Amino acid sequence: MTHFKDPFNPNIDVWNECGEASESPADPYAGLSKADADILKRRAKQSLNAEVGMARALESSVMQGLFKTDISRRAFLRSAGVTGALAAVSTVFPLTSLQAMAEEAMKNLEKTKLTLGFVPITCATPIIGGHALGFYQRYGLDVDIVKTAGWAVSRDKCLNGEYDGSHLLFPMPMAMSLGIGSTAQPWKVVSNVNTNGQAIVLANKHRDNQDPKNWKGFKFAVPFEYSMHNLLLRNYVAAAGLDPDRDIQIRVVPPPEMVANLRSENVDGYLAPDPFCQRAVYDQVGFIHKLTLDLWKQHPCCVFGLSEKFITENPNTTMALTTSILEATASAETSEGRVAFAESMAPANYLNQPVEILKQILTGVFPDGQGNIKNVPDRISFMPLPTQTMGTWVLSQLRRWNYIDTDTNYATLAEELVMTTTTRERMRAMMAADPNLTFADAEQDVYAPVDIQGHEFAPAAAQEFIDSQPFTRTIG
Amino acid sequence: MVQKIDIRSTLLSLTILLAGIFIWHAATHVPDTGPAGVELSQAEMDTLLGNNMLPEDIEYYSAQGVAFAQLEQIASLNLSRSMIEAAGGIRALGISVPDENSAPAPGSLFPSPTQIGSELWATIADPFYVAGTNDMGYGIQMGYSLLRVLIGYTLSAAVAIPLGFLIGMSPMFYKALDPFIQVLKPISPLAWMPIALFTIGDSELSSIFVIFICSLWPMLTNTAFGVANVRSDWVNVARTHELSTAKTALTVILPAAAPTIITGMRISIGIAWLVIVAAEMLVGGTGIGYVVWNEWNGLRLDRMIVAILLIGVVGMLLDAAFARLQRAVAYAE
Repeated sequence: MTHFKDPFNPNIDVWNECGEASESPADPYAGLSKADADILKRRAKQSLNAEVGMARALESSVMQGLFKTDISRRAFLRSAGVTGALAAVSTVFPLTSLQAMAEEAMKNLEKTKLTLGFVPITCATPIIGGHALGFYQRYGLDVDIVKTAGWAVSRDKCLNGEYDGSHLLFPMPMAMSLGIGSTAQPWKVVSNVNTNGQAIVLANKHRDNQDPKNWKGFKFAVPFEYSMHNLLLRNYVAAAGLDPDRDIQIRVVPPPEMVANLRSENVDGYLAPDPFCQRAVYDQVGFIHKLTLDLWKQHPCCVFGLSEKFITENPNTTMALTTSILEATASAETSEGRVAFAESMAPANYLNQPVEILKQILTGVFPDGQGNIKNVPDRISFMPLPTQTMGTWVLSQLRRWNYIDTDTNYATLAEELVMTTTTRERMRAMMAADPNLTFADAEQDVYAPVDIQGHEFAPAAAQEFIDSQPFTRTIG
Repeated sequence: MVQKIDIRSTLLSLTILLAGIFIWHAATHVPDTGPAGVELSQAEMDTLLGNNMLPEDIEYYSAQGVAFAQLEQIASLNLSRSMIEAAGGIRALGISVPDENSAPAPGSLFPSPTQIGSELWATIADPFYVAGTNDMGYGIQMGYSLLRVLIGYTLSAAVAIPLGFLIGMSPMFYKALDPFIQVLKPISPLAWMPIALFTIGDSELSSIFVIFICSLWPMLTNTAFGVANVRSDWVNVARTHELSTAKTALTVILPAAAPTIITGMRISIGIAWLVIVAAEMLVGGTGIGYVVWNEWNGLRLDRMIVAILLIGVVGMLLDAAFARLQRAVAYAE
């Protein structure tokens, strides 16, 4: 890797100001601590990417501006350590390489004025908080985010072209692309905006009836047919031996109306997004029976979706928009980020909720309505990489409950609709440009089997999986 | 005599209003329970310290009036104070601490008259603020709604009144179009919304279309009725004067049918104002209907009730404007 002259490596000369070719040291990482050497190695590997390479060139000129000579630079790096120097330089000098990348991205944007839709739930944290905390502006985008009354309206506004992109439920881009429940228009899952983050809430009167086997005749609410909520609830009750179409009733109720429906005993419970699970506890009308992360750890929930048309027509804008949302997602995952996002999202312009509720959801320290205070840090997570396993599961479940009425090759279709590769590349490039930025799921195997309620789901065996499940109704 | 009745009725109205507010206040009133000072005994202190509670945390909580039993509960959580604070504090977590600012007790969720009063005042004091796309003053939101109603209603009048004239003047047209009117008239305006969203493909135009379609029928049927029922003597007189059809329509029929037409317009504006709220709740974005939905979404009943009150006042003003117009065109026979 000697061809990459990292300005943060204290062992090499970067600028050769004396005009003489400096000798490449045999080991450019000699004498460095393991952590520092690892960072430099990682940066060297990342610099092979042309985009990062460009950012690194900018970094180099910033360092030259600061230190003028290799000698002073090397002395500084030796005394501060690589990690310390990276942090120090990025705080003193505003031009971190990520910002350099942002500036690069700001060029050639096809469209800078954008409208994104969102439904006011904590799942949309990166999209909403991204607006409140100015993540879109960093990439030269003037984004308006519009609160939308429910998922059907959101879908219609997407299909009508009123929104350039939108907060959607994971199954929605698939339903929209396949034309089920709407006219067909190809939409794609760009990234997850959250994982986990939902719960099954029951009315207080059912506190002594928490075994799903006894739930025959229950009325449940979910926010939309093509939602993880609906699919997870169906899977949950089916596993307990109830037919979700005959033994219980599943109603579609807009999230904000769920608490009122629970209070008036119109429904016995719901599988819904937050804040309306915690809100039921806050208003003392219900309790949290189960967090959905206990059904499937790191299950997908909401996504950021774009139409294929938008992506084709605005490749640079798509990139800038994706980057800003990914950056907001990574920031929302950090523990300081969680409090900041909760505070920024409370006002009427965004979620319009008491800030305590949002804090409880995002920090994972919350009362469950049964007299316990729980500490579940991943109650909601922000792991942006959508996987093919998730896509395949969703498609096969839509088939399982006969929302899709023909056999399809789930895995192939998921490859088409879920932008795993592009999103991952973007995540890698971003981590390369900013050492402070991390995506825990960046290197995740997108075909890895997952455990869903004790059953292993492997994308390659999706059909076998649904065939083995109870109450499967694949007709036609 | 008339004056006396006026005074009495005003007094009666005021009495009903005050009685209503009093009942409302009594039903939503929550008695204040002030925080009690807490002194911990040495034994209690030792128990807490034994449960790994930090001395500064004990001091911090007991200074706020947290009793020993609750302190034990907090200690059992094994959470640092910063984590508890990050989650909104002990009160938000539902540990019962005597304080009037604690989380709402059941039964007191409905706002009291004083809450509504202060919200109403805050709203009226600053009606035109803009704090982002999804948070604007009620004055601005009301403006959006009124604009939509005005456009939809004007379009509707432009279609309904000429068409009503045609139907009213020609029995053949009346019979031919009546079945369509009878079928379309009872359809709920909101049932048009999905069709509009699908075919027009724009939520703004769709809500205007819904206003248009629901304002249409009262104006159309009233105009037709008014025109058809103009005294035949008057039309005959016009005929003997050999007036053209257009001239008859303008100089004889229009003034005679005007009160009925205005009645139709008055019914229509009432319906349009009813419908805009529902339509905006559905498509969202802007407008007073969206405000109601947005406050409901945050379960802010106080602000929601303020919005509903304002909707009522604006509806009343619209109706009053048409009542005045009605008096202006009325004539003595």
